[in-house]
Formats: sequence, structure tokens, C-alpha cells
Amino acid sequence: MSLVGHKPPPIFRRGPAPLMRLLMFVCVCLALLVSDLRFRYLEMFRHALSVVTYPLQMAAATPADFVRNASVYFATLVEVQLDNAELRRQQLGSGERLLRFELLEQENAQLRGLLEMSRRVHARSIAADILYNAPDPFARKVILDRGAQQGIEPGLAVVDASGVIGQVTRVYPVQSEVTLLTDRNQAIPVQVERNGLRGVLFGAGHGRLELRFVIGTADIQPGDRLVTSGLDGVFVPGLPVAEVRTVDREADAFAAIVCVPLAGVERSTQVLVLGRVEAPLPMPQPEPVPEPKAKRR
Amino acid sequence: MQPTNRSSRILLPVKRWFVYFSLIFALALEYIPTGRTPGVPDWVALVLAFWCIREPLRIGMGAGFVFGLLVDIGLGAALGQHALAYVVLAYLANGLARRLMWFPPLEQALHVLPMLLVSQVLMVVVRMIAGAEFPGWLYFLSSFSGLLLWVPLTYLLLLPQYQPVDRDDNRPI
Repeated sequence: MSLVGHKPPPIFRRGPAPLMRLLMFVCVCLALLVSDLRFRYLEMFRHALSVVTYPLQMAAATPADFVRNASVYFATLVEVQLDNAELRRQQLGSGERLLRFELLEQENAQLRGLLEMSRRVHARSIAADILYNAPDPFARKVILDRGAQQGIEPGLAVVDASGVIGQVTRVYPVQSEVTLLTDRNQAIPVQVERNGLRGVLFGAGHGRLELRFVIGTADIQPGDRLVTSGLDGVFVPGLPVAEVRTVDREADAFAAIVCVPLAGVERSTQVLVLGRVEAPLPMPQPEPVPEPKAKRR
Repeated sequence: MQPTNRSSRILLPVKRWFVYFSLIFALALEYIPTGRTPGVPDWVALVLAFWCIREPLRIGMGAGFVFGLLVDIGLGAALGQHALAYVVLAYLANGLARRLMWFPPLEQALHVLPMLLVSQVLMVVVRMIAGAEFPGWLYFLSSFSGLLLWVPLTYLLLLPQYQPVDRDDNRPI
């Protein structure tokens, strides 16, 4: 407001003061951050805006694709031959195991049928290549070359030849983002293979995992293998996940258990995306209210 | 407008489409998947800081906010993380614009380095409060590669504004 009672001419009109504008923008940014990181409200907004950035991203990925293809093209003949021999050897071994496995599966199904237990969970799988590490340096994530068009959905488990490496967290049309087990915000329900003790495994950073909420007196020791328990309704039960490295029972009411992943979480290049074929069983319903006696008569 | 305020060379006025084109081109460079390679410069931050210093009346916090959101979405980072960093960067660059125009590009680069570092530190603080792990000290290397790129970038982005030196005895300037 000027002293003489009229507005300043338009050449001097610049809107709110810079510090005011800064505070306004910072508030908006903090609101966005909280609603994205804490409440995950903004996935729709992200999808809508990614339509704008998608062509640019595709254009930017071209040089990376070119470099990757060139490195494959110039792989030497010797390497390919060695690979081939190794794969043949593995094929022989796994073929024999597969024969036995089919037999055992049939036998298992029959026995389960006899015992009237529910059937084991079947899985469908999609093979995918890891394209590159996700550019966000604060999280342990990788990008796969399969996306919504190939049937990938958020929440599916991702495994390599020796165990679980992570979970699909975001799906783009032809790519998808996998959060690795070692990410600090990733959790997976597991059980000890030896005795079925259940727990939840969290990422601890630096390529290690931490089994939390297991009481200090529980029967767990270094060397135990942890497998998925399947209680979450997302992972197929029985997939190997990690091995217990150290157990510290003195730390707290809960034991501090450090584990290392069995799969090449930060090394593997080819993975399988596993999903359950059927939906998880519904929650147990409360007992039906006994019908009124009048009807029974 | 001159390359710096001490220079006697007159530049053509900047074209608005070129400013936005250079920002979008920087966005495309930012999207190139480089994984965890340390020291890859933050292209959008560099170009944004450049235009905030050259054209403080046109490019400022609003542009920083919009391009920050686009970077967040493209990189899969937390929504608002780069937006916050770029808004603060734009505020600092706009505020120092009048002063910086008196320095040659090499000394401008020394002023820009702390601005880039402040924006990176902000991102680290925000993500670590949200529970992410520390990305390692090499993460800050990208500010220093930005420092090295400032002089070539200044030359490149001012290139469309240069006019041929016309030797003419009758011209007043």
C-alpha cells in the first residue's frame, strides 16, 4: 500500500515478497511429502502426471538401452560357450530333480486329499530382467523390464534362483519398480524352517536384514534358514529368504537378530515375478446367529 | 544485457521458449537411468539455478516447484522432495542474482556450489526423517560435478543470445 492512496504502477507490482512465497511453497512441498510418504494418498496424482513425463523417460532410456545392447553384442564367444556348458550341466541336474518333484507333488496332493487339508498354494510366474537400479539414492529399488501390460501387479513377490529378493511396489505400463528386501521400509513375514517359529523380517540397510518381534527366549540360533510363511496372503509360502547370522538375547525384551539374504538381492539380473493364483482365504466369519426357534418348528 | 555486468558486450534478449526448452532438455538428461553412479550432476538444478540468476523476473520458485515435481515423478522419489530442494535453490539464486552478475563465471560457480549443497542436504534431511538410510558421502559429489560444469554451461546457454561483433566506428557503444 502506498502512502498517497493509489496502487503502484504495474511495473513495480511483483506479487508477494520472495520470503512469503518461499514459505508458501515450502509448506505445499511439506504437505505433499507427508501425504506421499506417510499416507500414500498421491499414487493417483503420480500416475496422472507420469503420462506427461513418460515420453521424456522413454527418450532418455534409449542411450542406456543402446549401451546395454552393445555390451551384450560384444560378449565374447568364449563367454557364451562357457555359459552354455554351465547351463547344460545345471539343466541335467535340475531335470532329474524335477522328475522327482512331480512325483512328490502328486503324492503330496493325494496325501493332503486323504487328510482333507486345503491345497497348497499354486503360483504363476513371469520372467523378467532387471534393467537398472532405481535412481532414487535413498531407497534400495530396481526397475524390471515387465509392467502392467505383461500382467505385473503391485504386491507380487520377486525371486531369483536362490530365494526372495523383494516385492513389486509400483507398476508402470512396460516397467515396474521392485523394492528390495534390504530397503529400510520393506517387511516380509517369515518363519524359521527348522521349527516353524514366525516373525517379521525388516530391511536394516547395508545389505542386511533384521528379524524383529521375536522374544529373547525363543528357539532360534545362528545358521537357521528363514522361509516365507505366506501368512500375508501375498507371498507363496516356503520360499527361502534369509539365514540368521547373529542372535543377541541381552539387548531388549526382544532378541536382536541379524540375518543375511540368501538370494543375490543386490546382484541378480534375471528374476521371476511370482503371484498367487487364487485370492487368499477370507477372514473367518463370526459364528452365525442361531435362528429363531419359530422357524425350526 | 551483458554476459556479466563488467563485460562490454551486448547480448540479444533471451527467448522465452529457449529457457523452457533448456529446462525440459535438462529434465530428459536427468531421466537417463544411471543407477547409483556417484557424481552424476543434477542437470535440472544446474539449469534452473542458471536461469534464476540470469532472469530472476521470469524464472523463480514457481518453475522450481513444477520441475521439482516432474523430477520426483520421473525418478520415483518421494513426491515433493526435489520440489522442496528446487524451491529453496530458486529462492537463493534469485536473491543472489544481482550480486552474482558482477562476477565472472568461474567465481559464480563458487557461489552456486553452496546453493546446490544446501538443496542436497535438504533432500537428505527430509528422506532420513522419513526413515530412509543415509546414501553415503559420495552422494554430495554431484554438487561438485555441477561446479565443474558451470562455466561450459554458461557458455552453452548464452550461445543463442550472442550477436556477431560488428566493428563499426559510428556506433555509440
